[in-house]
Amino acid sequence: MSIINRRTLLKTGGTFVAGACLPLTNIRLAFADQSQDFTFAYISDSHIQHIKGTKFVRNWDQGLKRAVAEANLMSPKPDFVMYGGDLAQLGTREELDHGFEIMSALKHKTHYVMGEHDYYADLGEYWSSQVGKQYYSFDHKGVHIIVLNSILTDDHWTHERWANGTERMGVMAGLDDPRGSPFMVGAAQRKWLANDLKDISKDTPIIVFSHSPLQKLFKNWNFWTDDAELVQAILQPFDSVTVFYGHVHQIQYNQIGNITFHSVMATAWPWPYPESYAQAENHMPHLTVPINRADPFFERDATGWQYVDINSGKATVKFSLTENEPRTVSYDAKRGHPVDTKYVSRSKPPQNHY
Amino acid sequence: MRNIIQTLFLVAALSLGNTLTAQADEFTKEDLDIWQKEFMAVVAVGRTAFTDPNLGTNGVVCAQCHPNGANTHPETYPKFQKQIGRVITLPEMINWCIRNPLEGKPMALDDPKMVAMQAYITHERRNVKLAPGKH
Repeated sequence: MSIINRRTLLKTGGTFVAGACLPLTNIRLAFADQSQDFTFAYISDSHIQHIKGTKFVRNWDQGLKRAVAEANLMSPKPDFVMYGGDLAQLGTREELDHGFEIMSALKHKTHYVMGEHDYYADLGEYWSSQVGKQYYSFDHKGVHIIVLNSILTDDHWTHERWANGTERMGVMAGLDDPRGSPFMVGAAQRKWLANDLKDISKDTPIIVFSHSPLQKLFKNWNFWTDDAELVQAILQPFDSVTVFYGHVHQIQYNQIGNITFHSVMATAWPWPYPESYAQAENHMPHLTVPINRADPFFERDATGWQYVDINSGKATVKFSLTENEPRTVSYDAKRGHPVDTKYVSRSKPPQNHY
Repeated sequence: MRNIIQTLFLVAALSLGNTLTAQADEFTKEDLDIWQKEFMAVVAVGRTAFTDPNLGTNGVVCAQCHPNGANTHPETYPKFQKQIGRVITLPEMINWCIRNPLEGKPMALDDPKMVAMQAYITHERRNVKLAPGKH
């Protein structure tokens, strides 16, 4: 979307967004009840960063404020807003409080996912005191929705290695810091998950929210969950599972068996795709048509938020990108996997700017 | 006269040296090891600068947006940068980042820290084909 179009959106507000929100899916089942369809907004990875006193990094503040303002303009209203984790940069009370304050302007019910930047300063204590449980489930319009804390790691790394929480957070905050540790859901939560799903019928659509990808894409930057296969095995018996994750600050999508994977964008800054790091192997999904590399001249380039239509339990993800053309990734029933509705393959790149 | 004598002495010394030691282009393994060590020491300084919250004024570090120096594409410089409006070199782009996302003061282009940052960035991008000017 050009800047002019974006301004038009902001001026005309609800009317424009209402048009953009019309169901676009091609996979509504003939017998499905339309009243079961719903839309939610998804905001993630704001990395609110404290400088000192009352000063915060302006750039990251602006990204979150913009997403909140735009999500408030949605009409019809989304059923809820999901926040995908990494509200803070270094997990301090100042950062979390400032982030929650910006989020408090949202007019919709909001759920939160734990990110590593919210967690490793005090092992999630302050976040939990403000938000509640770190993993939980609820039912919404016939869909079973699960939120996991996927950014845990082994006990030795967490408890024995570091002088204090600040040092531990500093290491985990460096995406490329070799002293970091791979994320995991962990045995306790996997047991909880299996139990949570015990009485759910296999034809109930399942949506899972995690911060890290529940798949192994690129270990170097923790685009990775170490027990991904074990979590996938618990989910795989269900007919339709959709996993949404943050953390990666870029568009990714994939299909593994019955599980559809979608990443969401950051409001703070974009990350390069793993293939741009020439020294390490990656396992990025072949399905994903990447977005263009970011142009640093535009502070908001390759950042944004998204709204998701759920029709017959399948997702259509609409990326609202401040400085880039909007993109839509939707489950294609014929192909059996998600596709970008405009850029179906890498042979038709979304932008040719280098 | 004194200068001429000095020069003659120097030429004599160099000729003598040539007869006793290897040609300048015959590097020994020891030479290569020393030079590589020197280079990697500067790469390490560059990595430190790249992750230093005090490089700018707001605590933002280069590696926040550029893990492993990725998406700095040093192989494309010099190139035309739209935001600056002319063909520039990599250190000029580094200064743009220091001034804008890091809200800091630009460095001299020959500042040892600036040299070290280029060493780090290009080392992380080693073995990628040169593509000057590419967009």
